[in-house]
Amino acid sequence: MNEFLQFTLGGVSFGMVYAAIALSLVLIWRGTRILNYSQGAMAVLTTYIALTVINHTGSYWAGFVIALAAGLVLGAVIERVVIRPVENRPPLNAVVVTIGLLVLIEGIAGIIYGGQYRSFPAAFSVTGLHAGSVTLGISRNDVFVAAAVLVVALALAAMFRYTSAGLRLRAAAFNAYAARLLGVRVGRVLTLGWALAGLIGALAGLLVSPATFLYPSSMDSIFVLGFTAAVIGGLDSPVGAIVGGLILGVVLNYVGGYLGSNLVPIFGLIALVAVLMIRPSGLFSVTHGRQV
Amino acid sequence: MTLLRHLIAALVAGAVIWALSVQLNAFRDFQMAEIAVYVVAIAGLSLLIGLSGQISLGQGAFMAIGAYTAALLMLHLNWPLWAVFPASAAVTALAGAVVGLAAARLSGPYLAGATLMLAVALPSLASQFPGVFGGDQGLSVTVIAPAALGATFPPTRWLAWVCALAALITLVILANLGRSRVGRNWRAIRDDPIAAALSGLNVGALRVLAFIVSAACAGLAGAMLAITTSLVSPGSFTLSLSIALLAGAVLGGLGTLTGALWGALVIVLVPTYVTDVATSHGLSGGVAANIPIAAYGVVLIIVMLVFPYGIQGGLRRLAGQFLPTSPTRPGSPGQRAPAGEHAEDLDSPYRRPPVSEHQEEGTS
Repeated sequence: MNEFLQFTLGGVSFGMVYAAIALSLVLIWRGTRILNYSQGAMAVLTTYIALTVINHTGSYWAGFVIALAAGLVLGAVIERVVIRPVENRPPLNAVVVTIGLLVLIEGIAGIIYGGQYRSFPAAFSVTGLHAGSVTLGISRNDVFVAAAVLVVALALAAMFRYTSAGLRLRAAAFNAYAARLLGVRVGRVLTLGWALAGLIGALAGLLVSPATFLYPSSMDSIFVLGFTAAVIGGLDSPVGAIVGGLILGVVLNYVGGYLGSNLVPIFGLIALVAVLMIRPSGLFSVTHGRQV
Repeated sequence: MTLLRHLIAALVAGAVIWALSVQLNAFRDFQMAEIAVYVVAIAGLSLLIGLSGQISLGQGAFMAIGAYTAALLMLHLNWPLWAVFPASAAVTALAGAVVGLAAARLSGPYLAGATLMLAVALPSLASQFPGVFGGDQGLSVTVIAPAALGATFPPTRWLAWVCALAALITLVILANLGRSRVGRNWRAIRDDPIAAALSGLNVGALRVLAFIVSAACAGLAGAMLAITTSLVSPGSFTLSLSIALLAGAVLGGLGTLTGALWGALVIVLVPTYVTDVATSHGLSGGVAANIPIAAYGVVLIIVMLVFPYGIQGGLRRLAGQFLPTSPTRPGSPGQRAPAGEHAEDLDSPYRRPPVSEHQEEGTS
């Protein structure tokens, strides 16, 4: 029972990281109908930037803030420079461009920082917490991970709901053509969407790197699971991204804890296929007229 | 008539390959075998995406199935190559049928996500059952050239011949399949599944069939890769293999077999070429190791920005500018479209789906 509690809480902590990646993918998908395969690589680059800043200044939070800002800028620059030209091209071209970015960014990270595994500091203590005599199996830092993603998700939801920028984002995602006719500068809105996605991806990188070490391809497996979480939740739904991330994190933590880590990817596949067999467009999708 | 044309093209290509392989050194022969492997895998994927309209990021997983099948057959049963190749393709086709049954219900990013997870999950099974699959070390396979060729015959040249022959046979079969009724039906379900179903086509069965054919190609490519690299291990079938195959298919030009060749050439030759340049300029190990990766990424991005319809599409457009009559078939809709308007070509896999997909209220 105690073990079960530990695996559940640990799974929530990992699940929130998958949820953050899923959220950034959903944000881009809703705006531009593009799946950003380079999201993980972008997070690796911003986390390396954070590490450099931390090593120079000695302050974790300076690195944290600068990495988030770098994610914001990186997302905007990528949208403007390489995504804009393929936005109205065949959909697979955008896929290959983001794959090219994934390869390019990981290559650049390897050139600048080398291929060796580096440890990345955690924001808070990583020693286990106890509730009375019960070991919870999570640390202060795990609580911070879950809380940070939750705060960002809520802030994002509030922005979408209550600010004019959020209204423009929703309008552009709903119908770009009509939004443009009504005076929304759709181009800028899409850039904003990519920038926000870059920020959330950077957050995910900062939060997961203490647990995974940092190397040029360290986010690849996290990205795959974040993508899986987004697909489970339904790519159009931010709430689905969070729920999908939590489901995946908890299920995979049970599998890893009880059955062994080799089986984790297989059970990720099983969970994904099981959800998609029941709801082919994810848990929180709005059902359209059925296609054949 | 079509069959004859394809056979003649294959014979000419075979003669060119033979002439090349005799001229080249052992390493270039090895690369030729590698290119043949990628051509087969990319051609299958290109057919799946370009003709039937389903995306797959799991082609590398199917290659793993084919490679492990080949290794097990050769290690335990000592099957000869001519039997191992079709057997690997058949076993993988069976796996493709299972995946295809699940995939026929999915579309777009959801199918991409499911096949992506397949590419990650399947090779990890090899580590879970080390007794059968040799764990992370993998299984080693050795193929020796027949004694009749002489003792000094370079073994990589034999590999190049075997792989090129298998690739040519596969391409002839795929070329005919694409021109057949099945190929036309695939194009129909790609462009408008509802209209195709109303015309009496079984959309689900056609989608599964496309997955089976594509998986069979990947299985054959996996078997070819097993004998080329003489090792089958989970490390050969990473996610980056599946991603490289998808990139190759789109780079070359979807739905065209010549495009598969361009894609394979880019994937095999660009990284080695850039490594040569980097090391010859005396760059340090870490930088030299990563520059090919970065350059490969740059090539992917630039080709997509410059040739939106793939290399083959770009070449066709160039040919269309110099030889105004040649690229369009008589009576085809392309005749009316101005040069460069490929998106209007009814036969093109690049038409965007109708815009009405995204109708719901965008609340969070």
